[in-house]
Amino acid sequence: MGGGRAAQDLHLSTERARVSRLTRALESEKLLATALLAPATAILLLFIAYPFVMALWFSLTSIRVGDAGEFVGLANFSKAIHDTIFRMAFENTVFYTFWATIFKLVLGMWLALLLNRHFRFKRIIRASMLLPFIIPTVLSAFAWRWMFDPTFSVMNWMLYHAGLITDRMPFLSSGDWAMWCAVAVNTWRGMPFFAITLLAGLQTISPDLHEAAALDGAGAWHRFWHVTWPLLLPVTLVVVVFSVIQTFSDFQLIYVLTGGGPANSTHLIATYAYQIGVGSGLLGEGAALSLFMFPVLFAVVWVQLRFLKRMDNA
Amino acid sequence: MAQFSRRKFLQYSGVGMAGILAAHRAPVFAQANSVHILRWNDFVPAADKVLREVFAPEVMKALGLKLNVETVNANDIPARATASIQSGNGPDIFMLLNNYPHLYASAAVDVGAIADEVGKAQGGIYAASAQLNRVGGKWVSMPWSVVPAMIAYRKSWFDEVGARTFPKTWQEYHAVGKKLKANKHPIGQTLGNTFGDAPTFTYPLLWSYGGQEVDAKGKVVLDSKETVDSVRFMAQFWKDAHDEGGLAWDDSNNNRAFLSGDISASLNGASIYVAALNGAEKFKTEKGAPLHTDILHAPLPAGPKGAHAYHTAFNHMVMKYSKNAKGAIEFLRWAHRKENYEKWFLVQKGFAVAPTREWEKHAMWKNDPVMLPFRNGAAAQKRLMGYASQPDKRAAEAWNKFLVTVMYAQACSGKMKPEEAVKWAAGELRKIYT
Repeated sequence: MGGGRAAQDLHLSTERARVSRLTRALESEKLLATALLAPATAILLLFIAYPFVMALWFSLTSIRVGDAGEFVGLANFSKAIHDTIFRMAFENTVFYTFWATIFKLVLGMWLALLLNRHFRFKRIIRASMLLPFIIPTVLSAFAWRWMFDPTFSVMNWMLYHAGLITDRMPFLSSGDWAMWCAVAVNTWRGMPFFAITLLAGLQTISPDLHEAAALDGAGAWHRFWHVTWPLLLPVTLVVVVFSVIQTFSDFQLIYVLTGGGPANSTHLIATYAYQIGVGSGLLGEGAALSLFMFPVLFAVVWVQLRFLKRMDNA
Repeated sequence: MAQFSRRKFLQYSGVGMAGILAAHRAPVFAQANSVHILRWNDFVPAADKVLREVFAPEVMKALGLKLNVETVNANDIPARATASIQSGNGPDIFMLLNNYPHLYASAAVDVGAIADEVGKAQGGIYAASAQLNRVGGKWVSMPWSVVPAMIAYRKSWFDEVGARTFPKTWQEYHAVGKKLKANKHPIGQTLGNTFGDAPTFTYPLLWSYGGQEVDAKGKVVLDSKETVDSVRFMAQFWKDAHDEGGLAWDDSNNNRAFLSGDISASLNGASIYVAALNGAEKFKTEKGAPLHTDILHAPLPAGPKGAHAYHTAFNHMVMKYSKNAKGAIEFLRWAHRKENYEKWFLVQKGFAVAPTREWEKHAMWKNDPVMLPFRNGAAAQKRLMGYASQPDKRAAEAWNKFLVTVMYAQACSGKMKPEEAVKWAAGELRKIYT
C-alpha cells in the first residue's frame, strides 16, 4: 500500500512539474502568440500560399496535362498579352466588374434605405431579399439561362404577348446583349449582399443626427448626402472591395449563362483561363492568364485600404 | 455508442493526412475490383440505361467487376480529365471525344491488344478512328462509337417551298432556306462554343469551299481566298435562312427547337429523330401526325470543292493512374464483344454507329429506312480536324478554342467582316502551330 502511495505521489509531482513548465511557457507572450497563430498560419500556408506559389511556378513553365514541361520564363505571359481572345476577356472583365459593382451599389443602397424604414412584414421581406444571394449561383444562372433562352425565353414570350415586341430579343445571341444580361444577373445576385451590409451600417447611425439635421431644415436628399453617406462610407468601401474581388474573378455565372460565347464575346479572365488551362490542358498558360487578375485586384484593394486608413486618421 | 474523443480524432486525422501527403495523391475509396467509367450524358438516354442496368450486372456476373457508370455534360469531360490526370486520381476509364486522346496520350494505358482483337473480329477499325486513337504507333484509347452528323429536316415544310429532294449544293440550300425562313420555318444551326454540332458543321463547310486549317506540314494556310469565300457565304446564308439565336446555342438547343416545331432543319446526330420516334405521342406535326413521320436525313451539301462531313468520335481511354487498369481493360474487352456491344448498339437505333465495318451489315439497318444514311457515316469520314496535317494535340487545342466555329460566328454576328474574321482565326491558329 505504502509503495503504491509513494508512486502516486511521485506521479502527481511529475505531473505538477510538467503542468507548471507548460504554464510558464504559455506565460511568455511570444510563445503563446506563436502557439495561437500556428493553426491559422498553417491553414493559410496550405490553402492559400501553396496554391498561389504553385500557380506562379506553373505560369513560368510549359506544363501541360500529363507533362511536367520546362521553365519558359515569361513566355506564357507574353503569349497571353498577344492573345486577342485574352485581351477581349480582360476588357470584358473590367466592363463586367465596373458596371455590376455600380448597379449593385446604387440598387443595394436604395434597397437598404427602403428596408431601414418601418413597415409591415419587415422581417419577412428583409429575409426574402437575401434569396438571390443564398441560392447557389449555378442553379440561379441556369434559371436565368432558361429565361434568356434564344428560342424559348419566357421574357420574349411575355414581351411578345404584351405587344411590346414583334421579334425575339437576342438576349444571349448577341455579344453586347449577352454581356449586359450577365451584368444584370450578377447585379441581381450580388445586390442583397450590398443591401444587407449597408442596412447594418445604416442602423448604427444615430437617429438623433437625422433629427438635428431635419431641425436645421435639411431635406431628405441633404440628410442622405451630408449625414448618411459620410457615416456609411467606410462600410460602403469595404463592401465595394469585396464585391470587386468577387466580380473580377467571377467564373460560375458566365460559365453557365453563356459559356463565354457568342463568339467569345462574354469570356472573362477566369472563364478563358479555365478553358485554356483545364479544358485544353495547357496548365502553364492557364495559370499565367489567371495571374493577370492578381495585380489588378491587389491595386484595387491597396488603394481602397489606403483610403480607409486616411479616413481613420482624419 | 462508442465515444470518439477529440484526441483520437486528431490522432486519426493526423495519420490520415500524413498518409495522403506521403502518397502525393488523394485517397481512393473505390474497391480494387470495381471499374469507374466516366462518359457523357448520352443524347439517347436509353443507352446510359443499358450501361447501368444491363452492362453493370452482367459485368459483375462475367468478370466479378463492379461497374460504376458516371455521366456528365460532354463539354465538362476535358476539365474532369485534366483534374484527374494531375491529381492521379479519378475514373479508371474516360470517354474522350474526337482528338482528345492525343491531348491526354501521356496518361494512357496501351490498349493495342483490344484494338487488334476487335479489329480482326469485326471487319477492321475505320482509318479515321485509328488516326484519332493511335499516338506514336500506340493505341492510347479504344474507339467505341461514332455519331454521324446528318441534316434532319421537315419533309413537308421543304415540300411547301418546292424542295422535293434535299438541296445538293450550298447555293441550293441557301435558296431553299430563304423561302423556309420567309415561311417562319428557319434553319437552326448552332455557332456557339460547344463541342458537337458547331464543329461538325463549320469544318466541313470550310473544306467544301477548299479552305483548310494547315497544310500537310502543319503550316497555317487558313487565310485563303477559299476560306474567305466560305465565311462570306455563311454570313449571308445565316442572315437569310437561319434562326439567328443559334449563335448562343449549345448541342441541345437545336433538338428542342426542332422538336417544338421552331426550325425546319438542323445538322445533328439522329437524336432528334430518335427522340421523336420514342416520343411519338408527344411530338406531333401541326397536322397531328407523329413528328418522326415528317423527318428525313441528308448529308451536308457540296461546295465548290465537293461535299464533306465530320462525325464525332467517342473513345475510351484507360488511365495510367488507375489502380485497376487491368480490370478496366478487361471490361472494355468484354464490352466490345459482339453479343455485348449489340445491346448498346441496338438502343442507339443508328444515332451512334460502331467504329468497325462489321456493324454496317447489322440487321438493324433494315428496320428503318430513315436511319439508313447513318449506316456508312463513320466509314465515309475522310478528313479530321487539323487537316491536312495530323489530328494531333494542336488540332485538339484549336478545336477546344472553337477557332473555326468562332471565325464563322464573328462574321455571322456582324462583329467582323469575313476577311477580318479569317485573318483573326489564322492569327490565333498560328500561335498554336508555331
